[in-house]
Amino acid sequence: MESFSATLEGHGLTLRRDRTATLQVNVGLLCNQTCRHCHLDAGPGRTESMSRRTVDEVVAYAGRCGFDCVDITGGAPELLPDLDRLMEGMAPLCRKLMLRTNLTALEGPDLEALIDRCRRLGVTLVASFPSLSANQADAQRGRGVWEKSVRMLRTLNRTGYGRNDTGLELNLVVNPAGAFMPPGQCGLEARYRRDLLRRWGISFTSLYSFANVPLGRFRRWLLSSGNYDQYLEKLSGSFNPDTISSLMCRSLVSVSWEGLLYDCDFNQAAGLSYGGSPTHVTSQSAAPPAGKPVAVGDHCYACTAGTGFT
Amino acid sequence: MESYYDPKDLGRFQEIGKEAPELARKFFDYYGAVFAEGELTEREKSLIALAVAHAIQCPYCIDAYAQACLEKGSNPAEMTEAVHVATAIRGGASLVHGIQMRKAVEKLSL
Repeated sequence: MESFSATLEGHGLTLRRDRTATLQVNVGLLCNQTCRHCHLDAGPGRTESMSRRTVDEVVAYAGRCGFDCVDITGGAPELLPDLDRLMEGMAPLCRKLMLRTNLTALEGPDLEALIDRCRRLGVTLVASFPSLSANQADAQRGRGVWEKSVRMLRTLNRTGYGRNDTGLELNLVVNPAGAFMPPGQCGLEARYRRDLLRRWGISFTSLYSFANVPLGRFRRWLLSSGNYDQYLEKLSGSFNPDTISSLMCRSLVSVSWEGLLYDCDFNQAAGLSYGGSPTHVTSQSAAPPAGKPVAVGDHCYACTAGTGFT
Repeated sequence: MESYYDPKDLGRFQEIGKEAPELARKFFDYYGAVFAEGELTEREKSLIALAVAHAIQCPYCIDAYAQACLEKGSNPAEMTEAVHVATAIRGGASLVHGIQMRKAVEKLSL
Protein backbone atom coordinates (compact mmCIF):
# COMPACT_ATOMS: atom_id res chain seq x y z
CA MET A 1 0.00 0.00 0.00
CA GLU A 2 1.23 3.48 -0.88
CA SER A 3 1.63 5.86 2.06
CA PHE A 4 -1.01 8.58 2.46
CA SER A 5 1.52 11.34 1.91
CA ALA A 6 2.74 9.63 -1.30
CA THR A 7 -0.85 9.35 -2.51
CA LEU A 8 -1.39 13.06 -1.88
CA GLU A 9 1.80 13.85 -3.75
CA GLY A 10 0.81 11.54 -6.59
CA HIS A 11 -2.40 13.52 -7.05
CA GLY A 12 -0.52 16.82 -6.84
CA LEU A 13 -2.31 17.64 -3.59
CA THR A 14 -1.21 19.17 -0.31
CA LEU A 15 -3.20 19.19 2.91
CA ARG A 16 -3.12 22.61 4.53
CA ARG A 17 -5.33 24.26 7.06
CA ASP A 18 -8.15 26.61 6.11
CA ARG A 19 -9.71 29.03 8.61
CA THR A 20 -10.10 27.19 11.91
CA ALA A 21 -13.79 27.36 12.75
CA THR A 22 -14.14 24.47 15.21
CA LEU A 23 -12.44 23.56 18.45
CA GLN A 24 -12.83 19.93 19.38
CA VAL A 25 -12.18 19.31 23.05
CA ASN A 26 -11.30 15.76 24.02
CA VAL A 27 -11.79 15.73 27.77
CA GLY A 28 -10.08 12.39 28.32
CA LEU A 29 -9.99 8.68 27.79
CA LEU A 30 -12.23 7.63 30.67
CA CYS A 31 -15.35 5.95 29.30
CA ASN A 32 -18.04 3.64 30.67
CA GLN A 33 -17.79 1.50 27.52
CA THR A 34 -14.94 -0.41 25.86
CA CYS A 35 -15.96 -0.14 22.22
CA ARG A 36 -14.04 -2.44 19.93
CA HIS A 37 -13.79 0.16 17.17
CA CYS A 38 -12.42 2.89 19.48
CA HIS A 39 -9.43 4.67 17.92
CA LEU A 40 -8.44 6.09 21.31
CA ASP A 41 -8.47 2.99 23.48
CA ALA A 42 -10.89 4.71 25.83
CA GLY A 43 -12.49 2.69 28.60
CA PRO A 44 -13.40 2.37 32.28
CA GLY A 45 -9.79 1.65 33.27
CA ARG A 46 -8.37 4.86 31.84
CA THR A 47 -7.48 7.64 34.24
CA GLU A 48 -6.56 10.38 31.75
CA SER A 49 -9.07 13.16 32.36
CA MET A 50 -9.01 16.92 31.90
CA SER A 51 -8.23 18.78 35.12
CA ARG A 52 -10.12 21.90 36.23
CA ARG A 53 -7.02 23.95 35.50
CA THR A 54 -6.85 22.64 31.93
CA VAL A 55 -10.60 23.19 31.50
CA ASP A 56 -10.06 26.84 32.38
CA GLU A 57 -7.02 27.08 30.08
CA VAL A 58 -8.96 25.60 27.17
CA VAL A 59 -11.90 27.95 27.77
CA ALA A 60 -9.47 30.89 27.86
CA TYR A 61 -7.92 29.64 24.59
CA ALA A 62 -11.37 29.51 22.99
CA GLY A 63 -11.93 33.07 24.21
CA ARG A 64 -8.76 34.22 22.43
CA CYS A 65 -9.58 32.38 19.19
CA GLY A 66 -13.26 33.05 18.47
CA PHE A 67 -14.35 29.64 17.20
CA ASP A 68 -17.74 29.23 15.52
CA CYS A 69 -18.22 25.81 17.02
CA VAL A 70 -16.97 23.93 20.07
CA ASP A 71 -17.31 20.14 19.97
CA ILE A 72 -16.87 18.29 23.28
CA THR A 73 -15.86 14.65 23.03
CA GLY A 74 -13.98 11.91 24.91
CA GLY A 75 -13.99 9.11 26.20
CA ALA A 76 -17.35 9.81 27.72
CA PRO A 77 -17.55 13.56 28.41
CA GLU A 78 -20.37 12.91 30.88
CA LEU A 79 -17.79 11.37 33.24
CA LEU A 80 -15.73 14.57 33.45
CA PRO A 81 -16.35 16.13 36.89
CA ASP A 82 -16.02 19.65 35.44
CA LEU A 83 -18.17 19.14 32.35
CA ASP A 84 -20.67 21.74 33.57
CA ARG A 85 -17.85 24.27 34.01
CA LEU A 86 -16.56 23.52 30.51
CA MET A 87 -19.98 23.84 28.91
CA GLU A 88 -20.92 27.03 30.77
CA GLY A 89 -17.54 28.51 29.87
CA MET A 90 -17.73 27.63 26.20
CA ALA A 91 -21.39 28.42 25.47
CA PRO A 92 -21.02 32.23 25.39
CA LEU A 93 -17.88 31.94 23.24
CA CYS A 94 -19.30 30.10 20.22
CA ARG A 95 -22.35 29.96 18.01
CA LYS A 96 -22.68 26.19 18.28
CA LEU A 97 -21.80 23.95 21.21
CA MET A 98 -21.80 20.21 20.57
CA LEU A 99 -21.65 17.39 23.09
CA ARG A 100 -20.81 13.87 21.92
CA THR A 101 -22.42 11.06 23.84
CA ASN A 102 -22.44 7.28 23.68
CA LEU A 103 -25.97 7.56 25.17
CA THR A 104 -25.35 5.04 27.98
CA ALA A 105 -23.05 7.46 29.85
CA LEU A 106 -25.96 9.90 30.09
CA GLU A 107 -27.75 7.50 32.40
CA GLY A 108 -27.48 8.23 36.09
CA PRO A 109 -28.58 10.59 38.82
CA ASP A 110 -27.24 13.68 37.01
CA LEU A 111 -29.17 13.03 33.79
CA GLU A 112 -31.93 15.54 34.43
CA ALA A 113 -29.54 18.33 35.40
CA LEU A 114 -27.33 17.65 32.38
CA ILE A 115 -30.25 17.63 29.95
CA ASP A 116 -31.59 20.83 31.51
CA ARG A 117 -28.19 22.45 31.04
CA CYS A 118 -27.96 21.25 27.45
CA ARG A 119 -31.43 22.61 26.68
CA ARG A 120 -30.68 25.96 28.30
CA LEU A 121 -27.39 26.35 26.45
CA GLY A 122 -28.85 25.10 23.16
CA VAL A 123 -26.31 22.28 22.98
CA THR A 124 -26.38 19.98 19.96
CA LEU A 125 -26.18 16.34 21.04
CA VAL A 126 -24.21 13.97 18.81
CA ALA A 127 -25.03 10.39 19.75
CA SER A 128 -23.37 7.15 18.72
CA PHE A 129 -25.91 4.69 17.37
CA PRO A 130 -24.11 2.22 15.12
CA SER A 131 -26.85 -0.09 13.98
CA LEU A 132 -30.54 -0.86 13.89
CA SER A 133 -29.47 -4.38 14.85
CA ALA A 134 -28.98 -4.99 18.57
CA ASN A 135 -26.50 -7.77 17.85
CA GLN A 136 -24.32 -5.55 15.66
CA ALA A 137 -24.42 -2.63 18.07
CA ASP A 138 -23.65 -4.79 21.10
CA ALA A 139 -20.80 -6.55 19.25
CA GLN A 140 -19.23 -3.13 18.74
CA ARG A 141 -20.08 -1.40 22.01
CA GLY A 142 -20.80 -4.05 24.64
CA ARG A 143 -23.67 -6.25 25.74
CA GLY A 144 -26.89 -4.42 26.46
CA VAL A 145 -25.70 -1.11 25.00
CA TRP A 146 -28.19 -1.10 22.13
CA GLU A 147 -31.21 -1.49 24.40
CA LYS A 148 -29.98 1.25 26.74
CA SER A 149 -29.27 3.48 23.75
CA VAL A 150 -32.79 3.08 22.39
CA ARG A 151 -34.19 3.87 25.83
CA MET A 152 -32.03 7.00 26.07
CA LEU A 153 -32.99 8.21 22.59
CA ARG A 154 -36.64 7.99 23.62
CA THR A 155 -35.87 9.89 26.83
CA LEU A 156 -34.09 12.58 24.83
CA ASN A 157 -37.04 12.83 22.45
CA ARG A 158 -39.33 13.36 25.45
CA THR A 159 -37.17 16.28 26.57
CA GLY A 160 -37.48 17.85 23.11
CA TYR A 161 -34.21 16.65 21.59
CA GLY A 162 -34.50 15.47 17.99
CA ARG A 163 -37.97 16.90 17.51
CA ASN A 164 -38.68 19.29 14.68
CA ASP A 165 -40.55 21.84 16.74
CA THR A 166 -37.94 22.46 19.45
CA GLY A 167 -34.76 23.41 17.60
CA LEU A 168 -32.86 21.01 19.88
CA GLU A 169 -30.60 19.01 17.56
CA LEU A 170 -30.03 15.31 18.16
CA ASN A 171 -27.66 13.90 15.55
CA LEU A 172 -26.76 10.25 15.19
CA VAL A 173 -23.35 8.87 14.25
CA VAL A 174 -23.04 5.47 12.64
CA ASN A 175 -19.75 3.57 12.54
CA PRO A 176 -19.61 0.15 10.86
CA ALA A 177 -19.60 -2.84 13.20
CA GLY A 178 -16.44 -4.28 11.67
CA ALA A 179 -13.79 -4.02 8.97
CA PHE A 180 -16.00 -2.72 6.22
CA MET A 181 -16.93 0.64 4.75
CA PRO A 182 -19.93 2.61 6.02
CA PRO A 183 -23.13 2.75 3.98
CA GLY A 184 -23.92 5.89 2.01
CA GLN A 185 -25.21 8.57 4.34
CA CYS A 186 -28.35 9.65 2.47
CA GLY A 187 -29.91 6.22 2.07
CA LEU A 188 -28.93 5.23 5.57
CA GLU A 189 -30.43 8.36 7.12
CA ALA A 190 -33.74 7.75 5.33
CA ARG A 191 -33.81 4.14 6.51
CA TYR A 192 -32.93 4.99 10.11
CA ARG A 193 -35.53 7.76 10.14
CA ARG A 194 -38.22 5.40 8.88
CA ASP A 195 -37.31 2.38 11.01
CA LEU A 196 -36.56 4.20 14.28
CA LEU A 197 -39.87 6.03 14.06
CA ARG A 198 -41.90 3.00 13.01
CA ARG A 199 -40.41 0.54 15.49
CA TRP A 200 -39.58 2.66 18.51
CA GLY A 201 -41.15 6.08 17.95
CA ILE A 202 -37.72 7.75 17.86
CA SER A 203 -36.92 10.86 15.84
CA PHE A 204 -33.60 12.59 15.24
CA THR A 205 -32.24 15.59 13.37
CA SER A 206 -29.47 14.26 11.11
CA LEU A 207 -27.35 11.15 10.69
CA TYR A 208 -23.68 10.87 9.80
CA SER A 209 -21.87 7.70 8.79
CA PHE A 210 -18.10 7.42 9.17
CA ALA A 211 -15.49 4.79 8.45
CA ASN A 212 -13.68 3.27 11.40
CA VAL A 213 -10.17 4.64 11.77
CA PRO A 214 -7.37 2.04 12.00
CA LEU A 215 -5.88 3.25 15.27
CA GLY A 216 -5.99 2.24 18.93
CA ARG A 217 -8.19 -0.68 19.91
CA PHE A 218 -9.67 -0.99 16.44
CA ARG A 219 -6.21 -1.32 14.90
CA ARG A 220 -5.33 -4.07 17.33
CA TRP A 221 -8.52 -5.90 16.47
CA LEU A 222 -7.79 -5.53 12.73
CA LEU A 223 -4.36 -7.05 13.26
CA SER A 224 -5.48 -9.89 15.53
CA SER A 225 -8.40 -10.81 13.27
CA GLY A 226 -6.30 -10.79 10.10
CA ASN A 227 -8.29 -7.92 8.61
CA TYR A 228 -5.67 -5.16 8.78
CA ASP A 229 -4.09 -5.40 5.33
CA GLN A 230 -7.38 -5.90 3.54
CA TYR A 231 -9.02 -3.01 5.40
CA LEU A 232 -6.14 -0.62 4.70
CA GLU A 233 -6.17 -1.68 1.04
CA LYS A 234 -9.90 -1.02 0.94
CA LEU A 235 -9.51 2.44 2.48
CA SER A 236 -6.55 3.42 0.30
CA GLY A 237 -8.20 1.95 -2.80
CA SER A 238 -11.23 4.16 -2.14
CA PHE A 239 -9.12 7.34 -1.93
CA ASN A 240 -11.16 10.20 -3.35
CA PRO A 241 -9.13 13.35 -4.08
CA ASP A 242 -12.31 15.43 -4.07
CA THR A 243 -12.62 14.94 -0.30
CA ILE A 244 -9.40 16.84 0.47
CA SER A 245 -10.84 20.33 0.15
CA SER A 246 -13.53 19.72 2.77
CA LEU A 247 -11.76 17.48 5.27
CA MET A 248 -12.58 18.43 8.85
CA CYS A 249 -8.89 18.71 9.81
CA ARG A 250 -8.67 21.80 7.58
CA SER A 251 -11.17 23.74 9.69
CA LEU A 252 -10.86 22.09 13.12
CA VAL A 253 -8.28 21.97 15.85
CA SER A 254 -8.37 19.27 18.49
CA VAL A 255 -7.23 19.71 22.07
CA SER A 256 -6.40 16.79 24.34
CA TRP A 257 -7.19 16.29 28.04
CA GLU A 258 -3.70 17.68 28.71
CA GLY A 259 -4.36 20.85 26.73
CA LEU A 260 -2.18 19.84 23.78
CA LEU A 261 -3.17 20.70 20.22
CA TYR A 262 -3.63 18.31 17.28
CA ASP A 263 -5.01 18.72 13.77
CA CYS A 264 -7.76 16.22 14.59
CA ASP A 265 -8.82 13.64 17.16
CA PHE A 266 -7.28 10.85 15.08
CA ASN A 267 -3.90 12.55 15.03
CA GLN A 268 -4.29 12.82 18.79
CA ALA A 269 -4.70 9.03 18.94
CA ALA A 270 -1.72 8.60 16.60
CA GLY A 271 0.43 11.03 18.61
CA LEU A 272 0.92 13.39 15.65
CA SER A 273 1.20 16.81 17.25
CA TYR A 274 -0.11 19.99 15.68
CA GLY A 275 2.82 21.78 14.08
CA GLY A 276 5.14 18.79 14.58
CA SER A 277 5.86 19.19 18.30
CA PRO A 278 3.78 19.27 21.52
CA THR A 279 1.95 22.61 21.63
CA HIS A 280 -0.06 23.65 24.67
CA VAL A 281 -3.11 25.91 24.42
CA THR A 282 -1.55 28.35 26.86
CA SER A 283 1.24 29.06 24.35
CA GLN A 284 -1.18 30.07 21.60
CA SER A 285 -2.56 33.56 21.22
CA ALA A 286 -4.82 32.73 18.29
CA ALA A 287 -6.36 29.84 16.37
CA PRO A 288 -4.14 27.89 13.96
CA PRO A 289 -3.54 30.02 10.88
CA ALA A 290 -4.74 29.15 7.40
CA GLY A 291 -2.05 27.65 5.21
CA LYS A 292 -0.31 25.66 7.95
CA PRO A 293 0.34 22.04 6.88
CA VAL A 294 -1.77 19.31 8.46
CA ALA A 295 0.16 16.35 9.91
CA VAL A 296 -0.82 13.17 8.08
CA GLY A 297 -0.47 9.40 8.49
CA ASP A 298 -1.91 6.33 6.82
CA HIS A 299 -4.95 6.51 9.13
CA CYS A 300 -5.96 9.58 7.08
CA TYR A 301 -7.20 7.18 4.38
CA ALA A 302 -10.26 6.63 6.59
CA CYS A 303 -11.30 10.25 6.04
CA THR A 304 -10.66 10.32 2.29
CA ALA A 305 -12.35 7.05 1.33
CA GLY A 306 -15.46 7.35 -0.79
CA THR A 307 -17.44 10.42 0.11
CA GLY A 308 -15.05 11.19 2.97
CA PHE A 309 -15.21 12.32 6.57
CA THR A 310 -15.95 15.99 6.63
CA MET B 1 -3.26 -25.83 0.65
CA GLU B 2 -4.03 -26.36 -3.04
CA SER B 3 -7.57 -25.39 -3.97
CA TYR B 4 -9.60 -24.73 -7.08
CA TYR B 5 -10.87 -21.58 -5.35
CA ASP B 6 -8.43 -18.81 -4.41
CA PRO B 7 -9.92 -15.65 -2.80
CA LYS B 8 -7.31 -13.55 -4.63
CA ASP B 9 -8.82 -14.61 -7.97
CA LEU B 10 -11.81 -12.35 -7.33
CA GLY B 11 -9.53 -9.34 -7.62
CA ARG B 12 -8.38 -10.64 -11.00
CA PHE B 13 -11.89 -10.84 -12.43
CA GLN B 14 -11.16 -8.10 -14.97
CA GLU B 15 -8.47 -10.31 -16.55
CA ILE B 16 -11.27 -12.29 -18.13
CA GLY B 17 -11.35 -9.49 -20.72
CA LYS B 18 -7.90 -10.32 -22.08
CA GLU B 19 -9.10 -12.69 -24.79
CA ALA B 20 -12.49 -11.10 -25.46
CA PRO B 21 -12.30 -7.46 -24.38
CA GLU B 22 -15.49 -6.30 -26.09
CA LEU B 23 -17.62 -8.99 -24.52
CA ALA B 24 -16.03 -8.32 -21.13
CA ARG B 25 -16.67 -4.59 -21.46
CA LYS B 26 -20.32 -5.23 -22.28
CA PHE B 27 -20.64 -7.62 -19.37
CA PHE B 28 -19.04 -5.30 -16.81
CA ASP B 29 -21.01 -2.29 -18.07
CA TYR B 30 -24.19 -4.31 -17.78
CA TYR B 31 -23.16 -5.60 -14.35
CA GLY B 32 -22.55 -2.08 -13.10
CA ALA B 33 -25.87 -0.86 -14.45
CA VAL B 34 -27.75 -3.75 -12.86
CA PHE B 35 -26.40 -2.94 -9.40
CA ALA B 36 -26.91 0.83 -9.62
CA GLU B 37 -29.73 2.40 -7.63
CA GLY B 38 -32.98 2.01 -9.57
CA GLU B 39 -36.47 0.94 -8.61
CA LEU B 40 -34.65 -1.23 -6.08
CA THR B 41 -32.04 0.26 -3.77
CA GLU B 42 -28.40 -0.83 -3.92
CA ARG B 43 -28.94 -2.41 -0.50
CA GLU B 44 -31.87 -4.50 -1.74
CA LYS B 45 -29.96 -5.56 -4.84
CA SER B 46 -27.01 -6.67 -2.72
CA LEU B 47 -29.32 -8.80 -0.58
CA ILE B 48 -30.76 -10.42 -3.72
CA ALA B 49 -27.22 -11.04 -5.00
CA LEU B 50 -26.27 -12.60 -1.69
CA ALA B 51 -29.25 -14.95 -1.85
CA VAL B 52 -28.50 -15.90 -5.47
CA ALA B 53 -24.84 -16.43 -4.57
CA HIS B 54 -25.94 -19.07 -2.09
CA ALA B 55 -28.35 -20.64 -4.54
CA ILE B 56 -25.57 -21.05 -7.13
CA GLN B 57 -23.03 -21.72 -4.36
CA CYS B 58 -20.42 -19.31 -5.71
CA PRO B 59 -17.79 -18.68 -3.01
CA TYR B 60 -16.50 -15.57 -4.80
CA CYS B 61 -20.00 -14.09 -4.87
CA ILE B 62 -20.70 -15.02 -1.25
CA ASP B 63 -17.46 -13.33 -0.18
CA ALA B 64 -18.12 -10.23 -2.27
CA TYR B 65 -21.78 -9.80 -1.41
CA ALA B 66 -21.41 -10.55 2.30
CA GLN B 67 -19.12 -7.51 2.40
CA ALA B 68 -21.28 -5.50 0.00
CA CYS B 69 -24.40 -6.14 2.10
CA LEU B 70 -22.65 -4.90 5.24
CA GLU B 71 -21.37 -1.85 3.39
CA LYS B 72 -24.86 -1.06 2.11
CA GLY B 73 -26.16 -1.12 5.68
CA SER B 74 -27.69 -4.57 5.95
CA ASN B 75 -27.16 -6.47 9.16
CA PRO B 76 -26.39 -10.18 9.67
CA ALA B 77 -30.00 -10.94 10.61
CA GLU B 78 -31.27 -9.53 7.31
CA MET B 79 -28.52 -11.32 5.40
CA THR B 80 -29.38 -14.61 7.09
CA GLU B 81 -33.04 -14.18 6.13
CA ALA B 82 -31.94 -13.59 2.53
CA VAL B 83 -30.00 -16.88 2.59
CA HIS B 84 -33.12 -18.62 3.92
CA VAL B 85 -35.08 -17.22 0.98
CA ALA B 86 -32.57 -18.82 -1.38
CA THR B 87 -32.74 -22.04 0.62
CA ALA B 88 -36.53 -22.08 0.55
CA ILE B 89 -36.60 -21.61 -3.22
CA ARG B 90 -33.94 -24.26 -3.78
CA GLY B 91 -35.67 -26.67 -1.42
CA GLY B 92 -39.07 -25.85 -2.84
CA ALA B 93 -37.79 -26.39 -6.36
CA SER B 94 -36.74 -29.90 -5.40
CA LEU B 95 -39.88 -30.63 -3.50
CA VAL B 96 -42.27 -29.42 -6.17
CA HIS B 97 -40.70 -31.96 -8.56
CA GLY B 98 -42.13 -34.53 -6.20
CA ILE B 99 -45.39 -34.00 -8.04
CA GLN B 100 -43.71 -35.36 -11.18
CA MET B 101 -42.54 -38.29 -9.12
CA ARG B 102 -46.05 -38.84 -7.85
CA LYS B 103 -47.51 -38.61 -11.36
CA ALA B 104 -45.00 -41.17 -12.62
CA VAL B 105 -45.73 -43.44 -9.70
CA GLU B 106 -49.50 -43.06 -10.17
CA LYS B 107 -49.19 -43.95 -13.87
CA LEU B 108 -47.19 -47.07 -13.08
CA SER B 109 -49.15 -48.17 -10.08
CA LEU B 110 -52.39 -50.10 -9.76
